[in-house]
Amino acid sequence: MSVMQSKHVLGLKDMSTDDINLILKTAKSMKHLLDSGNKKGPHLQGKSIITLFYENSTRTRLSFELASKYLGASAANISVSGSSVAKGETLLDTGRTINMMGADVIIMRHSMSGAPHFLSKNINASVINAGDGMNEHPTQGLLDMYTILEEKGRIQGLKVAILGDIYHSRVARSNIWGLTKMGAKVTVAAPETLMPPEIEKMGVETFNTIEKALIDADVIINLRIQAERQGKCLFPTIREYARFFGLDDKRLGLAKKDALIMHPGPVNRGVEMTSSVIDCERSFINEQVKNGVAVRMAILFLLTRRELA
Amino acid sequence: MKLLIKNGHVIDIKTALNEITDILIENDRIIEIGKGLDAGSTGDVIDAEGKYVIPGMIDCHCHLRDPGYEYKEDIESGTKSAAVGGFTSVACMPNTNPVIDNQAVVSFVKNKAKQIGVVNVYPIGAITKGQQGKELSDIGELKSAGAVGLSDDGSPVENPLVMLRALKYSSMFDITVISHCEDKFLADDGVMNEGYYSTIMGLKGIPSVSEAVMVSRDILLSEYTNAPIHIAHVSTELSVDLIRKAKKRGVKVTAETCPHYFSLTESACENFNTLAKVNPPLRSEKDVNAVIEGLKDGTIDIIATDHAPHHEDEKNVEFNIAANGFVGFETALPLSITYLMKEGHLTMEQLVQKICINPAKLLGLNKGTIEVGKTADITIVDINDEYTVDISRFKSKSQNSPYNGYKLFGRAVYTIVGGKPVVRDKKLVI
Repeated sequence: MSVMQSKHVLGLKDMSTDDINLILKTAKSMKHLLDSGNKKGPHLQGKSIITLFYENSTRTRLSFELASKYLGASAANISVSGSSVAKGETLLDTGRTINMMGADVIIMRHSMSGAPHFLSKNINASVINAGDGMNEHPTQGLLDMYTILEEKGRIQGLKVAILGDIYHSRVARSNIWGLTKMGAKVTVAAPETLMPPEIEKMGVETFNTIEKALIDADVIINLRIQAERQGKCLFPTIREYARFFGLDDKRLGLAKKDALIMHPGPVNRGVEMTSSVIDCERSFINEQVKNGVAVRMAILFLLTRRELA
Repeated sequence: MKLLIKNGHVIDIKTALNEITDILIENDRIIEIGKGLDAGSTGDVIDAEGKYVIPGMIDCHCHLRDPGYEYKEDIESGTKSAAVGGFTSVACMPNTNPVIDNQAVVSFVKNKAKQIGVVNVYPIGAITKGQQGKELSDIGELKSAGAVGLSDDGSPVENPLVMLRALKYSSMFDITVISHCEDKFLADDGVMNEGYYSTIMGLKGIPSVSEAVMVSRDILLSEYTNAPIHIAHVSTELSVDLIRKAKKRGVKVTAETCPHYFSLTESACENFNTLAKVNPPLRSEKDVNAVIEGLKDGTIDIIATDHAPHHEDEKNVEFNIAANGFVGFETALPLSITYLMKEGHLTMEQLVQKICINPAKLLGLNKGTIEVGKTADITIVDINDEYTVDISRFKSKSQNSPYNGYKLFGRAVYTIVGGKPVVRDKKLVI
């Protein structure tokens, strides 16, 4: 069996296609384990996995925790408000402390882009980026690719439309890096104020209307629009956003008939998508969540067995 | 005590000297310039054959961090760093603690520099009290105490009325306002240049227009008040264009840039490299080319270091919270020679204008030339000395430089301050 080249999972920007393929392949057997009914593997026995979250999260954190436990690891959480972080300890010192307690993998979410990269340069443990600022959310990108692969049988040559607040989205960036690497044709659509400058250089086509991006799409990844973005002149109101950028049945008709509908969650019903779209049979939003556990099991397994190889 | 500099290629702009000749110094003064001079039996002789002998370099924009942030730098370490970089005079910015916004702090800096400084130190006073942008500092008193310029560097004077009045008032005292041009609303919470690299790292961008909007405002205010203004650390194509046009219509605007704006682009920030974080941020290649063009055609008058030492703990952190700025003294000359002279953009005469005489003019210093009767502040430069930047050998207290490992050409081999060599053969001798 192949070994992962990378010691850390910081982003898909710098992940090789070999590593991506290995993770996707391994995730498939992990999903079998999940489906088997006996969710207890020996893969991570004797390993310590720490989740260090500086930002709130429900699904990502739980998904990692369950992935660790299903494979037999000792898992612990660091809750930011109750730790010395609240006393003003630097990330460097917090990271070193966790490292010295014997962590094999630190799973980290942070509001600042590059924080996991910074930590990884200063400690021995493997670092998994569970979302850093607006930069990347690589495990989400991988689980999205896994979902596409499972449903479509391939990624190469597919047309993927990513819609919404591209500017602030780490999910968008990870998906763009990963999908373009795997040969998909990616289009992004956002209001001009939420379109990152020079994003075309990442190898995507950009539009200011979701209609154009949707034409003949095989996959639609819709992003969460955060209410907090209102009042900063990025867009006037949620109402106006929903009217011009919301995905409804009519707009969905522009995509291919068998297009997959995905969303990293949590969804704002009636804002970026109507409930009828969210709940339609082409929607794989719930399946994504399940795949997320499988993909994270695969990543934890591959990272911890690296040192044995 | 006599000191003779023999056979150097002497360059002086004011006297149009550009030839191989000797310079004889007695005590702190230049007493003779000509071929075949003799220092007498007890005199000290420096053989400058194959080297340029230029007026002592003057930095009009640095941060010595003293008083208040001595853990980053102090007047002793900062002036040592300046000396090995070839500078004989430096003007330090007032964002100290306390801020240099009154005559007492000006005196403190001057006195401390007199006692332990290795090169001449000239404080720049704050435009506004506490650099808060609200009330004018005691500008007349600052000038009387020895301040050579006015700046709220580090932050812009946001209120245009405050800036207009600062320009009017300071012009009475013949002291120039040095403007840190940045529109804070446009810069928002950006941490690097806005463009492809900010996009791919998911970092908030600072658009180049945030500088240019303020350059434009300050040019208009200078034009309206007929008071001079100096634009600090110009980093963008838009700013260069605005300054060029303003100069054409006779506005009393001068400008500086720093070595990092003609030698590095935003790509240096890749992989969240906090050593490349600076404000204004490193810009695009287009901006770098425009800055070089501005230096060539005289739009940009001065090369300043913006020497900004920071402790390792302020750089070895997440990119968002890392401190802005680089150690500048020790790489400014080599970077100018490597990226401007060796590339054929500037001649040594033009470089001397930008690092000697123009900063002297801006600060109102009777310096920047090699003339009989003048104080002997002289830098001897070997433009062919090739070396690798090693931050661990910096004389500065700090090591925050993006240039570690760079192979550069050209160094100050001697730095002579008031007739006294403080650097000999590239080594600090004080």
